[in-house]
Amino acid sequence: MNNEKKILLEIKNLKKYFPIKGKGTLYAVDDISFNIHEGETVGLVGESGCGKSTVGNVILGLLPATGGKVIYDNINLVNLSRKERLPYCKKVQIVFQDPYSSLNPKKTIKQILSEAFIIHKVGNKDEVDGKVRYLCDITGIEEALWVKYPHELDGGKRQVVGIARALALNPSFIVCDEPVSSLDVSIQAKIINLLIDLREKLNLTYLFISHDLSVVRHISNRVAVMYLGRIVELAETDDIFNSPKHPYTEALLSAVLNIDMTQNKEHIVLEGDVPTPINPKPGCRFAPRCRFAKDICFKDMPELKEAGEGHYVSCHLFSEK
Amino acid sequence: MDKPLKNVLEIKNLSVEYHTDFGVTHAIDKINLKIKRGQAMGLVGESGSGKTSTALSILRLLPRPAGIKTNGEIYFNEQLLDSINEKKMQKLRGNRMSMIFQNPLTSLNPVFTVGEQISVVFQNHYKMGKRESLVRAGEMLEVVGIPRNRILDYPHQFSGGMRQRVGIAMGLACNPELLIADEPTTALDVTIQLQIIELIKELQKKYETSLLMITHNLGIISELCSVVSVMYAGTIVEYGTVREVFMNPQHPYTIGLLNSLPKIVGERNKLTAIAGSAANANNLPEGCKFYPRCPHCMEQCKKDFPPFIHLSQSHSAACYLYEDKSGGKINE
Repeated sequence: MNNEKKILLEIKNLKKYFPIKGKGTLYAVDDISFNIHEGETVGLVGESGCGKSTVGNVILGLLPATGGKVIYDNINLVNLSRKERLPYCKKVQIVFQDPYSSLNPKKTIKQILSEAFIIHKVGNKDEVDGKVRYLCDITGIEEALWVKYPHELDGGKRQVVGIARALALNPSFIVCDEPVSSLDVSIQAKIINLLIDLREKLNLTYLFISHDLSVVRHISNRVAVMYLGRIVELAETDDIFNSPKHPYTEALLSAVLNIDMTQNKEHIVLEGDVPTPINPKPGCRFAPRCRFAKDICFKDMPELKEAGEGHYVSCHLFSEK
Repeated sequence: MDKPLKNVLEIKNLSVEYHTDFGVTHAIDKINLKIKRGQAMGLVGESGSGKTSTALSILRLLPRPAGIKTNGEIYFNEQLLDSINEKKMQKLRGNRMSMIFQNPLTSLNPVFTVGEQISVVFQNHYKMGKRESLVRAGEMLEVVGIPRNRILDYPHQFSGGMRQRVGIAMGLACNPELLIADEPTTALDVTIQLQIIELIKELQKKYETSLLMITHNLGIISELCSVVSVMYAGTIVEYGTVREVFMNPQHPYTIGLLNSLPKIVGERNKLTAIAGSAANANNLPEGCKFYPRCPHCMEQCKKDFPPFIHLSQSHSAACYLYEDKSGGKINE
């Protein structure tokens, strides 16, 4: 089914390594590949330090990549110069996690929302006003807030401003980097609903990065699970949540504490901590904590392979079949 | 069925204010709370609802001079805490009642080894010598799943999950009757959170400690606690057994809170957000604090804070929607 859909963004063998003085190399993103189709939302989940935000930053060019390609509209976005990149900035945007630090405290909401038009030289003063009004209409920002500064708004409203700003130049693709993690649940629901409404209204494509599995499940069409710089599983949302294949995905899902009292409360408790991504040992990254680890898991890195229709797993347990 | 247990903690009509440059903030407004021996109670609410202030007033650790307890009594084992002096309070704190803090990186002292920090608890409360207390500190580390030779390490040498284990070891060192855990896993990843929750569960059962679990994560409460109180803007709006409150919520705020939660199983319906924005503690309305956001708001709600209506023997909600007939529930 997905084959018929147009591929909007193609991520090919993307790598991002950070040299650490005197310690070696931190493998933040290590050779990941996946496609994002037009109009779909891909959820990217994983624990802190697994490299999910780095993926978002590299796609946007906020960080240079060590290797690999991000192809949008037949152009490789990776490592473009500032000037070459500018036209694509309109099409590829981001909503940041923390609306406190991502909005300039010295600018009013209106200034923040008009900045993109000024940088990209879109329209004169009146036209910009009209565009800002449109942005505020679709996101539900009252005009009374135009003259306010970010600190005068509560967290939820601030995040709405962050979303409106990302929409300014009519992008087709938005990276949402933990957009609801710093919000209370009742506000979080509003932001999620807004993101879903906008996706339908403006035909947006999202890469939704989050550590909160229930939020990702709610908003995504497909989900990629990351562990220490690698994608360990990628599948349709329902497949991931109903029949996880990778032992890490299984443990991650089982660690989500549910309020449903009718469910059984047996959990798979992973031993130990997430190991460091600096100079990782050969073999599967998850092997030291895996219940099913075999000899081969400590020697060879498993490839991401199709283990069911559209269900990709990177695990030796499935590669033999 | 079960014989009446003594209340380890009883809070009556507690009110707390913060006096700041911007005026007086009413952090807690006349709340009542009871925890029985060995019971695990969850205290749930969004940021700024007064959960942490409740914990701090129990331990008498409210920030001074801003935080002032203006009303109410706190009983610990039926002893009025307000009547005892600071020196006696120090003997209770960390000994018979103790606390696990949210962020172990700030609650542990970076310039002392974890062994020194845990052993201080024994030196203060059990008058132990240095050598003996260090041995006990090592034992405590083993209880929480850390090898005892790590007593010589500093907090920065531990991972986030391990640091929180150290915090738990310190909290449980003197086998307290009441343990208050204030968002102990909020800074941690889900798989590590699960380790910590399982550890607290196991130790709480083993030592029969009463637990006050403060969190915004409803999942943690259903995992650990038997009873739960829901806080909104400094007031408790509903309490009952976890099953009653989560399966059959009655207060409009609790209903809204549960509806706005994305689910990990079942249908993916559109989330129902609570209308309006979170209450501003500097400018709280008269009457029921939730009325500006409530879909069932009535005239009466704007005037007086509703009394608790007993919906069953253990389940109560502070809302005018219900009539005071035990068992007489009004369905939505």
